Amino acid sequence: MAQVLVVTSGKGGVGKTTSTAALGAALAHEGENVVVIDFDVGLRNLDLMLGAERRVVFDLINVIQGVAKLPQALIRDKRLENLVLLPASQTRDKDALTEDGVARVIAELRKKFDWIICDSPAGIERGATLAMRHADAAIIVTNPEVSSVRDSDRIIGLLDSKTIKAERGERVDKHLLITRYQPARATRGEMLSIDDVLEILSTPLLGIIPESEEVLRASNVGSPVTLSNAQSAPARAYFDAARRLKGMDVPMLVPGESRGLLNMLFGRKAA
Amino acid sequence: MSSVVGQRQSLMFRARSYMAFVFTPQPPIVEWLADLDAGLERSKGFFAGHPVALDLSAVQLSASAIAQLIAEIEARNIRVLGIEGVTVPEGEAGLPPILREGRGAQAFELPASAAGSAPQHQQPGSLLVENPVRSGQSVVSEGDITVLGSVGSGAEIIAGGSIHIYGTLRGRALAGATGNARARIFCHRVEAELLAIDSYYKTADDIEGSLRRRPAQAWLEGRTLKISAMN
Repeated sequence: MAQVLVVTSGKGGVGKTTSTAALGAALAHEGENVVVIDFDVGLRNLDLMLGAERRVVFDLINVIQGVAKLPQALIRDKRLENLVLLPASQTRDKDALTEDGVARVIAELRKKFDWIICDSPAGIERGATLAMRHADAAIIVTNPEVSSVRDSDRIIGLLDSKTIKAERGERVDKHLLITRYQPARATRGEMLSIDDVLEILSTPLLGIIPESEEVLRASNVGSPVTLSNAQSAPARAYFDAARRLKGMDVPMLVPGESRGLLNMLFGRKAA
Repeated sequence: MSSVVGQRQSLMFRARSYMAFVFTPQPPIVEWLADLDAGLERSKGFFAGHPVALDLSAVQLSASAIAQLIAEIEARNIRVLGIEGVTVPEGEAGLPPILREGRGAQAFELPASAAGSAPQHQQPGSLLVENPVRSGQSVVSEGDITVLGSVGSGAEIIAGGSIHIYGTLRGRALAGATGNARARIFCHRVEAELLAIDSYYKTADDIEGSLRRRPAQAWLEGRTLKISAMN
């Protein structure tokens, strides 16, 4: 059964696209058939993260408007053959996304892939709501700071009201991915602690990605961090998160904290 | 007298909902009026000065019959604010406006108490919210509201009655919003952006630091909103 995941956050710049690319590549590396869709029509970035920007011919909007067929718009990754990108259009805006068109594309992709990962634009407008519309599960990307956490809270509320699953009275599974975490700053109280974030959002934790130069370096060379340096701390954290998505029980590592505390944290996974 | 030609402020309209009693006449109308008289006999002046709406969905009346019924009711010192449940053309001469999309509150019986006593504040049922209230969400009820989870920053709870929050209150809580000065706010942990009872409010800045992150309640003493820690 295909899983439709939306990677969302409300706030911009927290690492949605980076996380989409990294998790998509990690799942593909584990042998899953993965398609990542860029919903950020007009400000597309996912193609850059995957180093596919030179190969974009047709895009999501072309498919929605019937200009191109879906297989024509899918771009296969050069490193992992079971990782595929459906790019956004850079010349259009979010109004070009139609509810019916998105439904058709998702339905067709469900037949071909194990994982359909929708990279949501920031905000709570059309692009973001259509990206989450068909989701079976959501990854809420949050930085440990108040503005990001409040926006995530808002998005969680929308996931519980605006998705098809919610309208049917079902629940969209929600996973919290904390990115750009800096243990030293959290200890000094300059950043919300993991505990604070979990307490405010009361959503199960999928992973904690430490702030790292490695992430920046990866995006500059057009590669998901999980492929460019699989041994780096952020890549390992993304791989762990990908395994948790698959339902595997992977102990949670909180960067910079002692093991005893980690297990405690893992034990208190929020409801 | 010189006239000042200034920039006229553009007219603003706001929508607001109010509580009104609803009469639902049943056929035959004559008997229904007799029942109404009997009820009014027990509690004189109960409806005096209060808006009443007529729900005519149970009867089929022509415009002139409706006008006659309204005259009968007004002869009993009851003002009819509007009618609903009819398909009379809009603006039919002399008829009150047609109301739509009314929300129900509890049914009640006329109190057989001392004649002329002021109507008691009705107590609509309370609302239980089992999930956390997320930022941007707004929960509104004319009665009490109980929230089992937390209320996020940027979320708001508006109750005609009291508000009980068993999680952390980070957003806004407005109790007694229908003018009930006896309403209170209780929360397990107060980090509120705003607390209000019957239009008297305190923002986060006005809430004493020593109360923050503690169980607290808020109530109205005269025109002052008081907040105190619980236990």
